[in-house]
Amino acid sequence: MSEEFLSSRRRWLELTAALGAGMAGCKRGTPAAETSPSLLGKPVSAYGERAAFETVTRGLPETRTPEAAASRTPLQDSCGIITPSSLHYERHHAGVPKIDPAQHKLLVHGMVDRPTIFTMEEIRRLPSISRIYFLECSGNGRGEWGEKTGRTASLSHGLASCSEWTGVPLSLLLAEAGVQKRAKWLIVEGADACKMQRSLPVGKAMEDALVAWGQNGEALRPEQGYPLRLLVPGWEGNISVKWLRRVMAVEEPYMVRDETSHYTDLMPDGTARMFTFMMEAKSLITFPSGGQKLTSPGFCQVTGLAWSGRGRIERVEVSTDGGGTWRNAELQEPRLPIAFTRFHFPWNWDGKEAVLQSRCTDQSGYEQPTKESLVEARGLNSEYHYNGIKAWKIQANGSVSNA
Amino acid sequence: MRSLALFLVAGWLAAQSPKYGVGRAPSADELGQWNISISPDGTGLPDGSGTAATGREIFANRCEKCHGAKGEGRDSVPLAGGQGTLKSPKPLRTVGSFWPHATTIWDYVNRAMPFNNPGMLSRDQVYAVTAYVLFLNRIIGENDVMDARTLPKVRMPNRNGFVADPRPDVATKGKRRP
Repeated sequence: MSEEFLSSRRRWLELTAALGAGMAGCKRGTPAAETSPSLLGKPVSAYGERAAFETVTRGLPETRTPEAAASRTPLQDSCGIITPSSLHYERHHAGVPKIDPAQHKLLVHGMVDRPTIFTMEEIRRLPSISRIYFLECSGNGRGEWGEKTGRTASLSHGLASCSEWTGVPLSLLLAEAGVQKRAKWLIVEGADACKMQRSLPVGKAMEDALVAWGQNGEALRPEQGYPLRLLVPGWEGNISVKWLRRVMAVEEPYMVRDETSHYTDLMPDGTARMFTFMMEAKSLITFPSGGQKLTSPGFCQVTGLAWSGRGRIERVEVSTDGGGTWRNAELQEPRLPIAFTRFHFPWNWDGKEAVLQSRCTDQSGYEQPTKESLVEARGLNSEYHYNGIKAWKIQANGSVSNA
Repeated sequence: MRSLALFLVAGWLAAQSPKYGVGRAPSADELGQWNISISPDGTGLPDGSGTAATGREIFANRCEKCHGAKGEGRDSVPLAGGQGTLKSPKPLRTVGSFWPHATTIWDYVNRAMPFNNPGMLSRDQVYAVTAYVLFLNRIIGENDVMDARTLPKVRMPNRNGFVADPRPDVATKGKRRP
């Protein structure tokens, strides 16, 4: 896979070199020699495809059960803050169901005054909003706890993506059904083969949870929950239940399999933290990152992504000397709460070995920790919610690897 | 004063009635069919029953291929063993060593197992498989009957093993911890 990314990076470099040459030609005012008549291009098309030269893909796992697996966003090839829907990471527990939106319904019941079934058509008629939010699996970076860290940005951090989501606030649907005061939790359930369910606190549901049908300007992709999904901003991806079919208001959480057996964080004393919803601040240098190569010393714009479930990113610092000194990176606008924030850092590479790292601080004042401090606080068996500082090593020959 | 009372009553009424009025009420049948969630106190458990003795054959036919004959794991997650390992460098998280509630087994087997064909087991079969997994973990006896009354009373070894999320839990160098 990394070879594929390498070759795509190489192609990109060749392409930019060709573009640069072309622009230099324009500046000199000498039109490119045209030795043959132009060829007529392709006609308009009903649904767009990317350029034939572009080959970036999601990273796929080696597994005997690809229906209960994850694919990874190629963050090392990303630009801006939006992940194309086609490259949004996936995590399914029983495959992607094929659901006819004309047949799909959402049931809101339990501790409500008016149990209600909504059709897709009815939900789309309600006042909708669009918001840009990252979504991240709480298992993202799981491999970073160990000695063998991710070799590429995709392998270490690719279970995070960022989209514009469109839908109805869950609070609106709960108000329609008349959710009762004694209801403190919601059991939210999908229509996939395993009927994925989680318990969600009513407070968060009323704050900013979305019942979304749109992603990046079109309908959700099937693998993102078509036709309807929950989107719980800033919280671990598993609670944003896809193919949403049911919301049941109850007093206490149901302690379901995916909030007890899984998605709990085991501590050194043998206890496990549960309902660890928050995705804490994290950042990652995407260029130069593992598997890429700098072709020569000189100027190199370091760039990357930072995000936090607690809100806006206020600061990203970059170190190019293995953590000895840190300087502020430039944060690209828009800098939205609970969304990817793109950062840039100008750097002159002197052609010697270097270790590049980034760390971010969010609006709550939380600073991204080192791996050492995470391990000190949680030991080595908590699996989920790794958000330590990631380092990339630049070799003297320009190749970049995991440090 | 009276106008204030009227205002409050009007506000209360507004809060009680739907603003948009879309959707329809489900029938009792629809509610019964859709609601398959089981709570830790057993709310939602249906009629039916099973024992490990009857579950043994169902497990061999439907579960063993992935989970192993004794629930040791094989191609999927282990279901049995691991008690006493949670503090060790290699903790083994199984139903017996880790799961806090027996009702969750019934809920999960019923909704999600077997992996290739979830929902194929009858209620009695789900009770029987649940009993067999508990038996493999030496939590109940082979002929203990599991049903809506007995299953919620099964005491799981790791019942008190879960704690609330204390994060943020990492003090950072700049002491900018919120």
